Amino acid sequence: MIKFDRFQLSNGLRVLVHEDHSTPMAVVNVLYDIGARDEDPKKTGFAHLFEHLMFGGSVNIEDFETPLQLAGGENNAYTTNDFTNYYIQLPAENIETAFYLESDRMLSLAFSEKSLEVQRKVVCEEFKEHYINKPYGDVWFKMRELAYKQHPYRWMTIGSKLSHIEDAQLADVRQFFFKYYRPVNAILVVAGKVKTEQVRQLAEKWFGDIPSGEKYVRSLPQEPRQHEMRRLDVTADVPLDALYKSYPMASRKEPGYYVADLITEVLGGGGSSRLHQALIKEKKLFSQIECYHTGSVDPGLLVIEGKLVKGVSLEEADKAVEAELQRMQSEKISEKELTKVKNKTESAIVFEDMSVMNRANSLAIYELLGDADMMNTELGKYQAVTVEDILTTSRQLFDPNNSNTLYYHSGQPKGGASHVK
Amino acid sequence: MLNRTIAPPIKDARDFDLQLPLYKKHVLSNGVEVYAIDLGTEDALMITWIFDAGNSYEGQNGLAAAVSALLKNGTSTRTAFNINEHFEYYGAFLSRASHHETADITLHCLNKHVSQLLPVVAELISDSIFPEEELAIYKKNGQQRLQVNLKKSDFVAGRLIEAYLYGKEHPYGKYSHLEDFQHLQRQDLLDFFQKNYSHGACRIIVAGKLPATLLEELERDFGSLPLHAPIPQNPSTLPPIIPAQQKKYDITNDPDGVQGSIRIARNFPNRHHPDFQKVQVLNNVFGGFFGSRLMTNIREDKGYTYGIYSYLLNNRQESALLITTEAGKEVCRATIEEVYKEMQLLREEPIDEEELAMARNFTIGTILGDLDGPFQVASRWKNLILNDLDERYFYEGIRIVKTITAEELQELANRYLDPAAFFELVVI
Repeated sequence: MIKFDRFQLSNGLRVLVHEDHSTPMAVVNVLYDIGARDEDPKKTGFAHLFEHLMFGGSVNIEDFETPLQLAGGENNAYTTNDFTNYYIQLPAENIETAFYLESDRMLSLAFSEKSLEVQRKVVCEEFKEHYINKPYGDVWFKMRELAYKQHPYRWMTIGSKLSHIEDAQLADVRQFFFKYYRPVNAILVVAGKVKTEQVRQLAEKWFGDIPSGEKYVRSLPQEPRQHEMRRLDVTADVPLDALYKSYPMASRKEPGYYVADLITEVLGGGGSSRLHQALIKEKKLFSQIECYHTGSVDPGLLVIEGKLVKGVSLEEADKAVEAELQRMQSEKISEKELTKVKNKTESAIVFEDMSVMNRANSLAIYELLGDADMMNTELGKYQAVTVEDILTTSRQLFDPNNSNTLYYHSGQPKGGASHVK
Repeated sequence: MLNRTIAPPIKDARDFDLQLPLYKKHVLSNGVEVYAIDLGTEDALMITWIFDAGNSYEGQNGLAAAVSALLKNGTSTRTAFNINEHFEYYGAFLSRASHHETADITLHCLNKHVSQLLPVVAELISDSIFPEEELAIYKKNGQQRLQVNLKKSDFVAGRLIEAYLYGKEHPYGKYSHLEDFQHLQRQDLLDFFQKNYSHGACRIIVAGKLPATLLEELERDFGSLPLHAPIPQNPSTLPPIIPAQQKKYDITNDPDGVQGSIRIARNFPNRHHPDFQKVQVLNNVFGGFFGSRLMTNIREDKGYTYGIYSYLLNNRQESALLITTEAGKEVCRATIEEVYKEMQLLREEPIDEEELAMARNFTIGTILGDLDGPFQVASRWKNLILNDLDERYFYEGIRIVKTITAEELQELANRYLDPAAFFELVVI
């Protein structure tokens, strides 16, 4: 049971406090309700580039890192398709330094031309390091475009191409900041060796006078239900053929989410999972196979991906995966298998919640989803899933007309490298 | 009116009183030592069995790694599937890893399930049979994984730089080839297992909110196995370190590559050398964290890379100081030049007070955060125990961080940050 207090400042900033006096540390986590899904299709990758700029100095504080490191703190941030999250961990005695830093960059940035120029380059190197200079690095650009035709999940958080990042202008940065990075669109979570009353005073002192801003009301094009089987072939200079399949699934807030999450465990969670046992061990078609889902706020994708054993054809491997999915749709899984995946989920939650940083982060995300207390009711939702639910959901999910299949062939691509440029 | 230009007062790192929680040591009937760290608020625990079974003990490339990988793949009474299913049914995570000196098996589980799991871990340690079919799958899939990794410049660079530092024959410097997988024979795996696991040297570290009966259970399941406590190694039997003659390398791994993996490294003494913990402070200033010189200059000012770090390798026999980054192909040379310029600055000018305070406080803050939680404390202890050190080393490190002077750091920079001593490698 994760206990927390919640209050709101008059400018709309939501504040959550989770006291844990067993640690000497404090965590200050600020989540902004803005992610890559909110970007202009012609300026993708901007939310993430912007995250980098949040470290380039704010209106009153030239250098973000020095005061934090003097206070013995460390920090980082990440951007997803759904939101952007910033976190600081530091000795609890020095917590006010985190308020000083986070509130100033919520008030306003320095909007430095130099910082933009450098971070454009840094993000381009990040793009190259993770997506161009790696075998199979481009696969998710292609899979997202195959699976999403309307919804902005069709591009990656890093952006759909380098040129979008290279073209980013300071005017875009300014506009983006004042539209999204306002107290009314943010959630502040403070956790660790702190007291709610102390946090209330600090929050009022440092965040209280920041202009509220206008609430961002999201209206994104929703992805229509898929009614067709989609296929794409890619050839690149990689050592092995690989198979990628994705299936549109429930959004984070729907009950079907929990069922789909357990289905990924049945299929791909560990050495006793079905795909691992049948396709790597028994049939020896894959050298590696995984099943997971994107876990996104809007409807996400359940994904199966694997590398083929040399000599096996993509068609044959695909057929074998289909056969396993067919089994999920025609026979109930056993009660023992269901208990196994529920027990794994229970442990995973306990281990994840051991760190105060993870707890702060989870509280912020659940609050974004509607209620931080969902953190305490999650396990119950998994426990309630039945073998019948698994069967029914598998039938919807693995309907061939709900599938996107990508064959990644090992070979020499026609017309040069298949790199995303 | 709030003055936002003035930072709030802080408690200085030097005023933090860091305490390393102690373990309780128990010795099982067979001499195996159990280090118990009883901490934490959740009913969950971690147990690590550490064997002297790393690649230093193998007579054939890839053998130690293969044995470690296949420990979960069959005993005389259970198939690989049964073993995996058993641990997963109880929501437990059983991992294994093989390093240079040691190899370990680690169990994470909820306290309520531990009694169901320990007997099976004991079975893996005493009765693994390495079925031919499992080995055949491992060989084929291992080769395929290696083929994919060999396409990655960072993977290739990581192997080569260690070979230059220690020599290709040394356990730290040797690396696996595709044909090594072909040479793996079941009997060799069994022999290695018998010698280094089932009849091997073992230590156990347990951490978490420990159940009252845990030690009894460990005694019951492990105390009568033919394991023994590690025997201290005679330093004269350590394998010779023969660094490469040539210092600079430019390697093209992928003609279409858009980035180079840069590694700049020099040999460095192990943790017992009096300069080791001092150089850790110097390293923090140089490239040890986000506010370091390398990151500030090469990422935050020049934008040549997404990240650049330097660190000391965690090796028992001999360490190395290593700088690592991936930089745009066209700025690799410029990046290397900047690394040497930063070395030069540290040699020629003392670090100013604010920067030194920042490095001190950041380090102390990180240690404070690192000591938060039973598993983190266990990992710190593991490091001390495996290097034949104790809490005095930890407190000496804290003292050094709090008191080292700019002059001492400059002197260390002159001793250790000489570009002539470094290997330099770019893999594209």
